[in-house]
Amino acid sequence: MSASLRPPRHRVSPTAVRYWATRALAGWAVLVAGQVVWLVATTGDRGLHVLLLVATVIVAVAHAIVMPQWRYRVHRWEVAPEAVYTRAGWLHQESRIAPISRIQTVDSERGPLEQLFGLANVTVTTASAAGPLEIHGLDRTTAERLVDELTTAAQATRGDAT
Amino acid sequence: MTAVAADGGWRRLSARMLLIHPIQEIPRALPALIGVLVAGGGSGQRGLWAALAVAIPVGLGTVRWFTTKYRITPDRVEVERGLFNRRLLAVSRDRLRTVDVSAHVLHRALGLTRVTIGTGRSDREGGGSVRLDGLTADEARDLREELLHRGAGAAAAPGDAGAAAAPGDAAPGTVPSPTGEAATAAPETELARLDPTWIRFAPFTLSGLVAVGAVAGFLANATNEANLHPSDFGPLRAIVDWLEGAPLAAAIVVVAVVAIAVVAIASTVGYVLAFWDFRLTRNPRGTLHVTRGLLTTRATTIEERRLHGIEISEPLLLRAVRGARCLAIATGLRVGRGAERGGSLLLPAAPRAEAERVGASIVGEPAPLDCPLIEHGTRARGRRFTRAVGVWAMLAAAVGLPAAFTSWPVWPALVVLALLPVALALAVDRYRSLGHAVSGERLVARSGSLVRRRLALGAEGIIGWNVERTFFQRRAGLVTLVATTAAGHQHYDVQDVELGEALAVAERLVPGLLEPFVEEDRATDPRAVAAHSPPDAAGARRAAPPAEGR
Repeated sequence: MSASLRPPRHRVSPTAVRYWATRALAGWAVLVAGQVVWLVATTGDRGLHVLLLVATVIVAVAHAIVMPQWRYRVHRWEVAPEAVYTRAGWLHQESRIAPISRIQTVDSERGPLEQLFGLANVTVTTASAAGPLEIHGLDRTTAERLVDELTTAAQATRGDAT
Repeated sequence: MTAVAADGGWRRLSARMLLIHPIQEIPRALPALIGVLVAGGGSGQRGLWAALAVAIPVGLGTVRWFTTKYRITPDRVEVERGLFNRRLLAVSRDRLRTVDVSAHVLHRALGLTRVTIGTGRSDREGGGSVRLDGLTADEARDLREELLHRGAGAAAAPGDAGAAAAPGDAAPGTVPSPTGEAATAAPETELARLDPTWIRFAPFTLSGLVAVGAVAGFLANATNEANLHPSDFGPLRAIVDWLEGAPLAAAIVVVAVVAIAVVAIASTVGYVLAFWDFRLTRNPRGTLHVTRGLLTTRATTIEERRLHGIEISEPLLLRAVRGARCLAIATGLRVGRGAERGGSLLLPAAPRAEAERVGASIVGEPAPLDCPLIEHGTRARGRRFTRAVGVWAMLAAAVGLPAAFTSWPVWPALVVLALLPVALALAVDRYRSLGHAVSGERLVARSGSLVRRRLALGAEGIIGWNVERTFFQRRAGLVTLVATTAAGHQHYDVQDVELGEALAVAERLVPGLLEPFVEEDRATDPRAVAAHSPPDAAGARRAAPPAEGR
């Protein structure tokens, strides 16, 4: 009775760690830039501003170090004969399982930053708007192979899929 | 008009729509109309400008009528409209989920209806439905029968199925045989009918709150824009004077009572307008019909094979007077922007026993609606409290800190302090609501306090599973099991359940799907070791009731 979900078999590409860190830092950079502008524009007492800026930088660096490592341990995927199984997240983790017979679309996408790292993500959708399985941070060849594999498998069991 | 024309079976809307279209065009033509009226206001030829103001909507309406045509072929429904920008909307008939027939006052005066044909998932964006505004009532009824009940006949008629499979072979414009007439003759069983005494639940639905808010907002805006001061009017002036003179407490009480009375009246009026003559019937060919409405009538048809479950919804106030509503969980019915508008409502606010009876007659057995639920245990209860108190503490900090360090007034902080018992009561009630079960082939789950919902979702409608674990849920060893579906809200959750129990539920409902990914716990997971002894035994004991409940 005391069963648990084992993690999916495959990890994503190790490059994803650097990708996630870069993406996080890019986000924080916007905030830091805003604070710097604010700091420069302020005359008079800047103590609080500097304190806030330092705090932001510390949080940003901690986030960029911890989050990608954490994610890398959590993010996994697997394609079984009957189902696709993914796990993602870090603080909030989510495992998703969808039967291959209910797959509606399989697509792969590469954003500009992902291209820089040679990564791709794969999204598997079902008829449920709540059920897309997303695998981020795959290397490009794995992603292409996965899309092929899933498309073929899904076509083998074609139906209304609702 | 219904006759199949020579030009590929294209039909037009009823000519009587020439009277309605211009009026419906007024909102769209409003900018032009305002322009005309402003321009005309300063000139001498008012008559000419007024004629133009009438001509614009009439012209637009006429153009709309002449440019809209539709046809129903064996495999799809097509609507073509637009003058310069011709648009062809086509819905494949096997994608067709619901047919909704509504008629507002103008339509009814002329014996017309508006038919909205809903398709599955794209409905969520509102783009997938096809609307035919202006069929006669008879045409609408025939169309509905033709579209929805054809499927039942087609299963037995290989020729028809063949035509559907090979659209190219079918001559365009051939309308399937009038199976509709046979269907209308088939007896429908009535599952529910509005009892006028149910109107007593209407004030507790708070449905009038939105309407009152909108009207109040509009009035405030309008008086502001027009530079009117409420105090310029005699009666209002007297009221304002009295309120200013009265003690604060009395003024607050009076305003609150008036506001409550207005909302209650608006809710009741709204209830009567929307649900007068409400009837829920079942057609033996596999559809449910909901008809309702006092001024604007509405008839929704739901295919039962698209109906994957039902939901009993009890907003707190309604629950306090033992009322409930019954909603359909079906593919192709809009949810989210007011279930009443979307047509997934199977029973408006009514006695809870009635809602449960209707739900049971739809799912075919009472068990999913009244079977005992498995409790989620002390850790789930703890989370209800930490969450309620956590939100309260954040609120208290947000209000209290400024009050402590600045010269802000202290009373908001005192109000928040007084809310602590409310937060605790909410936590207690939220835990009492929490529960789940597997009843037959259905997932049953209940949660919520401000709106308590009990859902029964058929296993056939479940596509996959998501297992969510937030940071705090992992610490408590709990998960949220999410059943994903194409119906209703797209996902239905079992909140804060132990992982082992969640997996057992998933396995019972969709056998084999999770099996390759499940492993018996070994000593690798420290939490699992602890769970092996007493809590696990408790889990097994609690898992027993649904089996008995079947």
